[in-house]
Amino acid sequence: MAEFRMPSLGADMESGTVLEWLVGPGDQVRRGDVVAVVDTDKAAIDVECFDSGVIERLLVQPGEKVSVGTPLALIAATGADAGPAPPETAARPRETPPPAPHPAALSPLVRRRAAEAGLDIATLTGTGPGGVVTAADVDHALHPAVPVAAPLVPSVTPGPPEPVVAAAPGARIHVSPYARRLAAERGVDPTVLRGSGPDGVVHARDVPAVPAPVVTNGAGPAPVAATALRRATAALMARSKREIPHYYLALDIDLGPALDWLRAHNRAIPVAARVLPAAVLLRAVVLAAQAVPELNGHWIDDRFVPGRGVQLGVAVSLRGGGLVVPVIRDAGTLGLDDLMARVREGGERARTGRLRSSEAGGATITVTNLGELGVDAVDGVIHPPQVALVGFGAVRPRPWAAGDAVLVRPVVTATLSADHRATDGALGARLLREIDRRLRRPEEL
Amino acid sequence: MTAPRHDLTPLEARTLVLDVLRTVSPGPALDALGPHDDLRDALGLDSLDFLAVVTRVSERTGRRIDEDDYDGLADLDGWVGLLTTSDPAL
Repeated sequence: MAEFRMPSLGADMESGTVLEWLVGPGDQVRRGDVVAVVDTDKAAIDVECFDSGVIERLLVQPGEKVSVGTPLALIAATGADAGPAPPETAARPRETPPPAPHPAALSPLVRRRAAEAGLDIATLTGTGPGGVVTAADVDHALHPAVPVAAPLVPSVTPGPPEPVVAAAPGARIHVSPYARRLAAERGVDPTVLRGSGPDGVVHARDVPAVPAPVVTNGAGPAPVAATALRRATAALMARSKREIPHYYLALDIDLGPALDWLRAHNRAIPVAARVLPAAVLLRAVVLAAQAVPELNGHWIDDRFVPGRGVQLGVAVSLRGGGLVVPVIRDAGTLGLDDLMARVREGGERARTGRLRSSEAGGATITVTNLGELGVDAVDGVIHPPQVALVGFGAVRPRPWAAGDAVLVRPVVTATLSADHRATDGALGARLLREIDRRLRRPEEL
Repeated sequence: MTAPRHDLTPLEARTLVLDVLRTVSPGPALDALGPHDDLRDALGLDSLDFLAVVTRVSERTGRRIDEDDYDGLADLDGWVGLLTTSDPAL
């Protein structure tokens, strides 16, 4: 019997609210299946299952807010993979250390976080159910002087209670509670939607995304209550500017060779696999981060903890406003085409507000590309506890000196915001030069 | 999927492109879209969205749309023009 627990979906997440179950008792699930939707205050996230088997029991009801590591459901092993299935080792075979001798910290994510922070779980006091060590316990051990590291994210569901259930009393049977709430927020009548669930049940994914209308009262724009996403971004960015002494570097890069190469590459592959220039830039950043590992990782407890692999955060701006950062896991193991496929999938899910748990949180370096918005450069804000953020502006034809001649070349400005506690300008400069060097040899990307 | 062997009529082409755009960016902006409106501006499409449109139109018509065609695809009229012209690959 395995326990499916509330995962940690970001460095600043302490708890989450189960919005919706997509499975029920008796349902067969496989590792990687999306089984629940969890609200982290930043986003509703599709949470994937770590184990295969049959759902035995749901332990937490929709609407309940529980801390990271709390068991959410029990999963019984099925005949095929019966036997005393080790509860957690199936989760992330490559990233999870061998089963810890201490049984009171079962969540692989908590274990990993503790490992990243250099903490021995056996020395921690668990405050979770049954004395389980939770992510909050790890954080408290890391920041003993700041017992409430929690205000990063509003710890209690903020705002007025949602009057949503009452809003659509007639639609109760075919619409999940979360979908009904979303529909109400977006001004959509949920009863006219086509459900994708069993028996046509309307789930959140079926509610079309519509930008929130701005309400005015005729005397100028009315104050609009900040959304949970806005507040979470505000808290994270404020913490960054409060704690991190940023330094900023910039470098103009001639993208001519990379774009010429990419055009030829794209002619030779199916349309659906086509690679965008943005993915080429990301690939160059991944290679550069591997070459300058001092900028790939986290600043925790007054020291730099190098990332294991490149966990690449890719900032995506949402149509209705707001910022979401899906994480491409182990980006260093992906070639350009695979990286593009992940960008495409992650971007689509971020846009529809349906990130998966495996792509939420844990980035070791983040890239923000504002080129689409028509600006030339961005001096970004680092996402703590990361120590670097790479930015790109628009690729534009610009005058470019080549020897004694001035040519018109497609040029992009790459910028780096880096944490001066972790590195100095010399290392930062190396990262930008490395990006440039990689882009000059696109055939090696 | 079998590619249509006849050229699309302007109406068929327009309907097809609007159908595909609806999968990427549904809403009032699409309903109000004029034939010469810039698709990226009017619908807020970014390059990922645009690629999704290109991919889906390619799938539904069996016609390979290359990056060299992009310059002509800024508005609905451009799309109709491309799809009603014989596919050089056929």
